[in-house]
Amino acid sequence: MVSKFRIPARWREMDQLQREMNRLFEGSSVKHTSGSHKYPAINLWANEEGQIIRAEMPGIKADDINIDVTSDTLTISGIRSHDEAVENNRYHRQERGYGSFTRTLQLPFMIDTGTVEATFKNGVLDIRLQRAESDKPKKIAVKSE
Amino acid sequence: MAKKENKSLEIPEQEVIKADEMERTRSRRCYIPKTDIYETEDEIILVADVPGADQDSVDIALEKNILSINAFVETDVPAGYDRIYSEYEGGDYQRSFRLSDEINQNNIKAVVSNGELRLHLPKAEPAKAKKIKVKAA
Repeated sequence: MVSKFRIPARWREMDQLQREMNRLFEGSSVKHTSGSHKYPAINLWANEEGQIIRAEMPGIKADDINIDVTSDTLTISGIRSHDEAVENNRYHRQERGYGSFTRTLQLPFMIDTGTVEATFKNGVLDIRLQRAESDKPKKIAVKSE
Repeated sequence: MAKKENKSLEIPEQEVIKADEMERTRSRRCYIPKTDIYETEDEIILVADVPGADQDSVDIALEKNILSINAFVETDVPAGYDRIYSEYEGGDYQRSFRLSDEINQNNIKAVVSNGELRLHLPKAEPAKAKKIKVKAA
């Protein structure tokens, strides 16, 4: 009978452990998340000079992708169209999504909007952003008096 | 079709092939590519999403009515950069389909463009309908 009352207390302990573990992983340097995000899913690389944003966008034509930048935001938008004359065709299976998308990212630093480069190869979009010269960290010499 | 384009595109839920279903010699993830299959008057068209793959990395095999698609994707990691955020993991693609006899298996065409694999499976000449006489006992 004793153990019957102890179990809930242990569960609470387990719950707490679970929460601690979750916090631990949330704090790790690379976050791997999925599900609730907007299309397209992105991966992000950075160094002191700039950033690379990569997105998988299969089946979209380069002409159908728009990229807009301001000094600290980047918007990817576009459309994935159906095959032509698809109305007359009979679908056996349809798993791929179609439609339009817009995703705006807040950038962690000011960028030089004149040097943004985007390439689209094999359905993978790469955007290279250069950090603005004025935004780069500066070394400040400390003078002794 | 314009009215349908108002729909917003969502991130597809990617299905991973588990290790116990297929032993793999590569340590990368392997996804089941999202595929559309539709039929026109004289062919069946199969379209699969294989982002990152090109014509050299896609391998298509046909054996005993089983059409297998394999795409090996090499992703280059930007040198000198650290990955700071990630919403997806690149991987290979693998999927098999069983073809029916109504396809002319000698004349299958495949094209890869923009990370999309498109297979044209021509329909065979309609098999002659056989009449079977029922004999009275």
